[in-house]
Amino acid sequence: MDMNEIKEIFFQECEEQLAELESGLLKLNDGDRDPETVNAVFRAVHSIKGGAGAFGLDDLVSFAHVFETTLDCVRSNKLEPTQDVLKVMLKSADVLADLVSASRDGSGVDESRSRGLVKELEALAHGEMPSSSAHEAPKPAAKAAPAPKAAPAPAPAAKAETPKPTDDSGFQPIPFSFDGFGEDEEPAIEGSVYEVSFKPRRELYSKGNEAALLLRDLSRLGEMSINCDTDALPALDKMDPEASYFSWKISIRTTKSEDDIRAVFEFAEWDCDLEVKLAEEASSNEELPMVPVPFDLSILDDSSASDEDEKAVQSSADETVAAAVSAAETATSVTKAASRASEKKESAAAAAAAAAQNNAAAAAAAAGQTIRVDLDRVDRLINLVGELVINQAMLSQSVIENDATGTSAVNMGLEELQQLTREIQDSVMAIRAQPVKPVFQRMSRIVREVADMVGKSIRLVTEGENTEVDKTVIDKLAEPLTHMIRNAVDHGIETPEKREAAGKNPEGTIKLTAKHRSGRILIELQDDGAGINRERVRQKAVDNDIIAADANLSDDEIDNLIFMAGFSTADKISDISGRGVGMDVVKRSIQALGGRISISSRPGHGSTFTMSLPLTLAVLDGMVVTVAGQTLVVPLTAIVETLQPEASAIHSFGANQRLISIRNSFCPLVDVGRVLNYRSTQANPVEGVALLVESEGGGQRALMVDAIQGQRQVVIKSLEANYTHVPGIAAATILGDGRVALILDVDAVVAASRGQSMKPEMSLAATG
Amino acid sequence: MKKKVLTVDDSRTIRNMLLVTLNNAGFETIQAEDGVEGLEVLEGCNPDVIVTDINMPRLDGFGFIEGVRRNEKYRAVPILVLTTESDAEKKNRARQAGATGWIVKPFDPAKLIDAIERVTA
Repeated sequence: MDMNEIKEIFFQECEEQLAELESGLLKLNDGDRDPETVNAVFRAVHSIKGGAGAFGLDDLVSFAHVFETTLDCVRSNKLEPTQDVLKVMLKSADVLADLVSASRDGSGVDESRSRGLVKELEALAHGEMPSSSAHEAPKPAAKAAPAPKAAPAPAPAAKAETPKPTDDSGFQPIPFSFDGFGEDEEPAIEGSVYEVSFKPRRELYSKGNEAALLLRDLSRLGEMSINCDTDALPALDKMDPEASYFSWKISIRTTKSEDDIRAVFEFAEWDCDLEVKLAEEASSNEELPMVPVPFDLSILDDSSASDEDEKAVQSSADETVAAAVSAAETATSVTKAASRASEKKESAAAAAAAAAQNNAAAAAAAAGQTIRVDLDRVDRLINLVGELVINQAMLSQSVIENDATGTSAVNMGLEELQQLTREIQDSVMAIRAQPVKPVFQRMSRIVREVADMVGKSIRLVTEGENTEVDKTVIDKLAEPLTHMIRNAVDHGIETPEKREAAGKNPEGTIKLTAKHRSGRILIELQDDGAGINRERVRQKAVDNDIIAADANLSDDEIDNLIFMAGFSTADKISDISGRGVGMDVVKRSIQALGGRISISSRPGHGSTFTMSLPLTLAVLDGMVVTVAGQTLVVPLTAIVETLQPEASAIHSFGANQRLISIRNSFCPLVDVGRVLNYRSTQANPVEGVALLVESEGGGQRALMVDAIQGQRQVVIKSLEANYTHVPGIAAATILGDGRVALILDVDAVVAASRGQSMKPEMSLAATG
Repeated sequence: MKKKVLTVDDSRTIRNMLLVTLNNAGFETIQAEDGVEGLEVLEGCNPDVIVTDINMPRLDGFGFIEGVRRNEKYRAVPILVLTTESDAEKKNRARQAGATGWIVKPFDPAKLIDAIERVTA
């Protein structure tokens, strides 16, 4: 794994943390005061900051730092998370998200916005309420100074001896060198001599620090001599193995400063008495109160010596060092301490082994809950399963052809295979299924931003966020949903004044719900706004030549007019949703997903948009039909009903148009074979079957096909990816008999029948 | 023998960085995602040094350190706190809980290895 991969992981994690942050803030906004919620919010920002720091993303770090500081005030109850405070925080979360994506792909950031929020956050952290005037808060404290490094000076040269094997009692002799004893080793190095007095307290050892290691680090700064004061050591029977009995006086000649020497004791300075002072040149080693006993610290560097028992000796605190300093005097105490430690170790070993097994299992269970898989791999698997489904269908077909009775063992086996295949397919699809939560969370940001822009106060309530749907559907859901949310905020919900005048809560509510309904996902977007103004919609439709002035339309039909192309009801065109934003675009993209959308509205009480989408884009329930000898698949979702036209129901209209009368209403008849240029003259409707389909705008058309072969689930194969886009055709599939069938794009065919969009040279007949 | 490091951090990013840094430096690395898992993993792995974050779900770094220090077998294991908290108060709390030393983020591989070497033999 290299840094770029880790960086990618970081950005993925940021997405998760941002989602966590937002949902936490929204919970707080709803009055949740659980400290764990605040902690989770804090951690999210903290994690982003931590990772960003590691990658040197300074803008992200500094904003996250300010945000974190303010959140810390909330965490420590210094700042009450009121609605006003949370408003600032939610906006900050948005900016943080922007900064993350800016770091990821270099997109721009609204700097004035982030600067403004930094000020607001700082003001909050300083105990000012958000409404107070902009205040020039002091800059956040600069990043902490980096931890001082121990100078990597070479350790004093000394001969390391190979450690000897331990004896039965667990005692390991500690080798140390007397080579330099008594010899005059006046160092040739420049520098000053410091006298260091170091007296550890027992806490130093209990926190895992080790006097010997500190002395080793110190020795790297220069030439030193160490004297150990063992006066405090009590008699053996009175000795507490965890206590600290020794202190050291060190004389060191170094080119480093006093601060560098103190830095060695950085981790231990609270737990020891430490004095560092520049020695008088006159006070040389000879004048120290004790005889210098140089000892070989290099044994501590020899990691090969660190077998279990030696470790036990070392962890029994200062005895090791004591032994090194005055081996003769304290050898017995070391032996005792060492054997005690190893005893303890043995008794603990059995229990630990049992516990280790349990815990290993528990840890494995905790860690095994999720894994991350490259999406490509899942897609590949889904493709393969698609092939398997097709292959299985082909196999079934050829068996059926050869075994008319359908009772052979092969046939039975095939049935089981079919079932298994279906199960595998479902399970594989489930791998790519994801909750709609991320998309819903994005919507809450859009509500906030748009509501701010238009000066409305709107609350977004979401339900069923954990409803799962195929990732490909989720990815394509965001855009139409964003459109609709913007519309609902901009056009659906009234201004606070109007709402109050109508006796409503000045704060509007938009409710976004997701649920599973008979193998599809149902997404509802409900607002408590003014509802559709049918008078105006109707007028607009007449003005735009969408309907005739005297058309007789039901309320439902009028409501559905807003899905017509080029329709806008907003009196003024706003930046947010533009020219009525074209609910036709929304409808088209929902239909492109194999979905349907409808609206129901109650004047004065709001509107509800209902979208029904397939759970996956990989398979489709289709009706297999024959048109001019070709096999086509019509998405089942588009079909309202099928019927056998009678001659009396067919009426000619103009030169080429024909209408079919169904239950006293007229519906244009579209010959699919003619539209796709399969044939040059229109087929006789009475000889075929009419598929009543709903097309954009809610209008119905009757598609003429020659015959219906049946219904089946088909695996969708993109035509664009393998060939090129063909007008009137949505995709292709492979049928059980191995033949390729094209999947009809119902809307495009209907549009073409009205003489739009399909160029003849691009049609099927031309392309072969 | 390779030195064994137990790292405890809830951030996947930091966990990966620790893993890469420590493995490159020749350590054997065992990882846990929070204090609770850290204490569970501790029993089986017998680390030479522990590196832990402070802000974590379920059990934070302070609680984790206290848990290690209460454990007869592992109470002497050096613990380094890896955190962005650089102010004295947080450091102090970590120390009181029994931390051996600390590494101030932003994460710097050299600093990490240096600190580990300072507290291990």
